[in-house]
Amino acid sequence: MSLRDRRPALLVAVVLAALTTAACASKDARGTEAAGTVTVAATDDACDVGTTELPAGTHRFDVTNSGSKVTEFYVYGEGDRVIAEVENIAPGLSRELLAELPAGEYEAVCKPGMVGDGMRRTLTVTGAAIHLSDDESLAQAGTDYQRYVQSQTGALLEQTTAFVAAVKAGDIPGAKALYPVARTYWERIEPVAESFGDLDPIIDGREGDQEPGQDFTGFHRIEKALWETGDVSDMGPYADQLLTNVEEIVARSNEVTLEPLQLANGAKGLLDEIATGKITGEEDRYSHTDLWDFAGNLDGSKAAVQALRPYLEANDPDLVAEIDARFAATEAELGTHRSGDGWALYDQLDPAQLRALSDSITALTASVSKVAAVVAGR
Amino acid sequence: MSEQQEQGAQRPAGLSRRRLFGLVSAGTAGVLAAGATGGIIGHAAAQPEASGPGPDDAVPFTGRHQAGIVTPAQDRLHFVAFDVTTDRREDLVEMLRAWTGAARRMTAGRDAGPVGAVDGEQYAPPDDTGEAIGLPASGLTLTIGFGPTLFTTAGGTDRFGLAGRRPGPLVELPSFPGDQIDPARSGGDLCIQACANDPQVAVHAVRNLVRLGAGVLSIRWSQLGFGRTSSTSTGQATPRNLFGFKDGTNNLKAENDQALDRFVWVGDGDDGADWLAGGSYLVTRRIRMLIEPWDTSTLDEQEQTIGRTKGAGAPLGQRTEFDPVDFAKQADGEPAVPPTSHVFLANPTNAGTAILRRGYSFVDGSDGLGRLDAGLFFIAYQRDPASGFVPLQRNLRRDAMNEYIRHTSSAVFACPPGLRGDDDWWGRTLFGG
Repeated sequence: MSLRDRRPALLVAVVLAALTTAACASKDARGTEAAGTVTVAATDDACDVGTTELPAGTHRFDVTNSGSKVTEFYVYGEGDRVIAEVENIAPGLSRELLAELPAGEYEAVCKPGMVGDGMRRTLTVTGAAIHLSDDESLAQAGTDYQRYVQSQTGALLEQTTAFVAAVKAGDIPGAKALYPVARTYWERIEPVAESFGDLDPIIDGREGDQEPGQDFTGFHRIEKALWETGDVSDMGPYADQLLTNVEEIVARSNEVTLEPLQLANGAKGLLDEIATGKITGEEDRYSHTDLWDFAGNLDGSKAAVQALRPYLEANDPDLVAEIDARFAATEAELGTHRSGDGWALYDQLDPAQLRALSDSITALTASVSKVAAVVAGR
Repeated sequence: MSEQQEQGAQRPAGLSRRRLFGLVSAGTAGVLAAGATGGIIGHAAAQPEASGPGPDDAVPFTGRHQAGIVTPAQDRLHFVAFDVTTDRREDLVEMLRAWTGAARRMTAGRDAGPVGAVDGEQYAPPDDTGEAIGLPASGLTLTIGFGPTLFTTAGGTDRFGLAGRRPGPLVELPSFPGDQIDPARSGGDLCIQACANDPQVAVHAVRNLVRLGAGVLSIRWSQLGFGRTSSTSTGQATPRNLFGFKDGTNNLKAENDQALDRFVWVGDGDDGADWLAGGSYLVTRRIRMLIEPWDTSTLDEQEQTIGRTKGAGAPLGQRTEFDPVDFAKQADGEPAVPPTSHVFLANPTNAGTAILRRGYSFVDGSDGLGRLDAGLFFIAYQRDPASGFVPLQRNLRRDAMNEYIRHTSSAVFACPPGLRGDDDWWGRTLFGG
């Protein structure tokens, strides 16, 4: 009960932190002024953006989800670089976000069901173009990615809370449906989460990975109960502990600003997570929902690379083109396994399909592994 | 690696590295197997052998033919077949150029990339993986081949505009009686045969080529070989295969250019000669040996199966290894060399064809039933599989040895001619440029 009481307060704190960060960034780095409000009406099959031609500056987007699916709203720069985003907008709810938009072409994107390319509307922003120095764009990368992490941790906390509630209520179908969704947000920020070495094993440890005498806890403990025995009657303490630990890691993650080199290594690390844990079906060995985690890792890797995009564009445009092409190829390969609002189960894929996914990840990793040297060249 | 290579070139005999290269080029030793009839390919065992290269030395990367075919067989093999995963011809060509540069460096005993394993930027992945630091060139050869599916996929797609350039002989092998071919480890769009006298050098070479191929190709199957099963120089003792028998005694040594031109190298008038002349067709077969039944068979059964004595390796009815096989000779009213023995059926006189063999023994652990997963990775080069391996293998359908072997993998590749100089690249004659 105390958890329930604390939850909204935490959420508000997270959202405020995100807004504050964006607002500060606009004043400090770009010196542009806040501008008008853009309304976004999101449904299951539409993404109506009130205004698609905007002056350069900071804009407020009011996103209302009147569809039946949970949705996300993004403002993308070139290469799907996340300029601003709001996650996890439940049906019937409205959320707002601030986006600071220098002159250029952008896309406003709604993602009902939270997967796939989403529905896209071009935003044309006119006015003074801003040119950042290399140092400024690298500093901006850390800030941009921190904002991304904060948006993900907010959604992680919400979804984990709902998952834990379903487990404790004995709602097995509900818990099974929420499990891969909550993990999507976890997987997107895994390098940040893993940097807290004490919390990661107890949240995300797999059976058999524990130290001697250490209990098997976290997502996978509950996953095993849900899918193997179908009995979660003794999972209450594990569910409570999971939520406590996720709250802790969310609080800590929101304080982290990654250095550009950490961003580059994190982007590569997320792809390694796919190659070593998801392609093999090890991550979700009971539920076989590995492709949700795969997609989460891929999203997170892309967000980290794209945060560095302005710097990379200026310093190695050929590499950016190669990375774009290989992210697109991997997303296309993964996209063939879409199933409803989610993904096919791991054990529904045949060896040739896994092989194709593996090949695309191998190629993408080879390209992303070159980012660190470009960043370090600064 | 380069420093060590420089040192490695200072051989005890005091020969310069340049001088060594000359000897290697001239001494195109090899083995011609089972087939060509006597006149053209004389028994070369009596020829004096020039002092050849040492096991640490480098083998020249360029030449009229690719190295690794008639090059004296090194002790170790790492063979890899690839699927090309891109449909973009320019990406494939770019990778082949990158491969050529890396192969050129590695066969000279240097790092795969121009910078090296440890001299690059701290935050970039090294352009060489490093496990060959301190190791000499070790006779490394890297030989490339193009499979039929590079030209036209199994589904009939011409991905790279090459369909019209596929030579007639480059087709998948037919199936043979008793085949237990696993499609997952057969075929391939491209192959690399890496041979070296140090297994780590061969593995290093393959690993670095695979790394450079990310996004363009991926490994389809691969095979390690730990011991050569072909004697390729008149100076080398005939090796024993995992049956415990000397293998390839009567294979024809290839100092004889006439024989190579007739049986191994694609000629100027042959189909596909516009890009393949001076090249050769490579056939691989992973031949699992059923070790446990073999080991519990009697010595007599073993010798009757092979057609040679196990000790000296002499043809049955003869005394020493290099005595001629006498098919007419009788012993106790029966042919001394049984007509179902391997030697009888594979011998040039009875098979009517010739191939150049370069096979290796392998042991891939065990099979889960407590049996060794072991055998011979058969490699043969020939001018045309249809007149080389195929009739030879058909001739072996009555081979008593079939009771003890299973063919589990099969592939065929067209290996282009050698590279002409420093600017040449693998596949230039096929892709142009």
